[in-house]
Amino acid sequence: MKETLYVILITILKTALYFGILMLHVAYATYAERKIIGHIQLRLGPMVVGPHGLLQPIADIIKLIFKEDIIPSNVDKKIFTIAPLISLTAALSTFAVIPVSPQWFIADINVGILYVLGILGLGTYGIIFAGWSSNSKYAFLGGLRSVAQMISYEIALAMSIVGVIIMAESFNFIEIVNRQAQYPLGMFLFPQIIGYFVFLVAMLAETNRVPFDLPEAETELVAGYFVEYSGIRFSLFYLAEYLAMFCMSALATICFWGGWTIPPLLVKIFPFLSFVPPVLWFILKVYLHMFLFFWFRGTLPRYRYDQLMAIGWKVLIPLALLNIVLTSLIKYYL
Amino acid sequence: MEPESLSRERYLSVLIVIIISLFIGLALLVVSKFLRPKRPYREKLTPYECGIPSTGETWDRFNVKFYIVTIAFVIFDVETVFLYPWAIVYKKIGFYALLEMYIFIFLLIIAYFYALGKRIFNWRED
Repeated sequence: MKETLYVILITILKTALYFGILMLHVAYATYAERKIIGHIQLRLGPMVVGPHGLLQPIADIIKLIFKEDIIPSNVDKKIFTIAPLISLTAALSTFAVIPVSPQWFIADINVGILYVLGILGLGTYGIIFAGWSSNSKYAFLGGLRSVAQMISYEIALAMSIVGVIIMAESFNFIEIVNRQAQYPLGMFLFPQIIGYFVFLVAMLAETNRVPFDLPEAETELVAGYFVEYSGIRFSLFYLAEYLAMFCMSALATICFWGGWTIPPLLVKIFPFLSFVPPVLWFILKVYLHMFLFFWFRGTLPRYRYDQLMAIGWKVLIPLALLNIVLTSLIKYYL
Repeated sequence: MEPESLSRERYLSVLIVIIISLFIGLALLVVSKFLRPKRPYREKLTPYECGIPSTGETWDRFNVKFYIVTIAFVIFDVETVFLYPWAIVYKKIGFYALLEMYIFIFLLIIAYFYALGKRIFNWRED
């Protein structure tokens, strides 16, 4: 009993620290996005609040908390009010099992990947609830599109990771990273290049980002499923989206980029690299993927809906299946 | 192998994280409730519609393809559920497991081509 209490206390402290740092990263990811896209489009991005606009995210948070929370008169009020909460809880609780270094994690469970995929799937409920309960045509269409898109790409996403599991023979994140460190290049990226490609495309679609941001296609659906939301409830959806981006980046880093390990080959060439703390190396890889998200948003146009469905079902799923068959065959005879 | 009690406590930490996540969302809502203004009027509470009153039902009939895609999702998702445990143990079971999963995937591919032939993944009718 005493031990259980101890575990609870430690977990709460760890979570507070982890989430505190995470929230800071999310806040500044929004700043980084605006700044990077600004420079891609030959603008300056936020410049006014603080030096180079550095205090902009804090100003945004304060503004969003003080904004009026408008609940339109004809919505399904119960579902409308809890939908953003579901989205946020789902996105935030995935980080329970994501380790940032061999020592820094909240819980190290044996079924890490299954847990993350399952909880991310729950996030879809927040979107369908929001879209349906808003009683607005834009929100309804956005919600429908979003759910069809997310479940289509969820299959591709889940299948692309099967190749990694075959190679690592474990669902545990730390075990997967350790297994990758045995390769001279220290990554599953090269043997799993097809899987990584499928994962990358599915990751963009799962988080509703450009070029697959049809649910919130602002030129036709205004803002999609959260068009009726305002103030703090809107910001919960926004937060959930960025948390999901971080989660996907962390997943890509752990499953394909070797997590916090430095490739053995690289250490041989540059011995000083072994002094880089694992956490820093991990964060660098995560931000590499975050930059990809921003870069795509600054560069690519949006797909049409029929193209989106065709890519998901006719390209990604067959590719992922091919990857599973090839990987299992090679792994079996090796 | 670790003692069972230890692993149970790990899942307890996961549960605690889920509760804290929910709490963070609730806390944000409650804090904001005390700080934000509340000045509703009739026009503000109408659904968004580019300045004109919205017409017709929202919860109307919609394209049946969304429904069919959901059914296809269930089939493929069940397949993924089978693939996950298989991916870990197939090497220990041996060639039999490998062959069996290939037969399973092959059967699924037949169904997949049937669905392709029925054009359920085509969202444009031309």
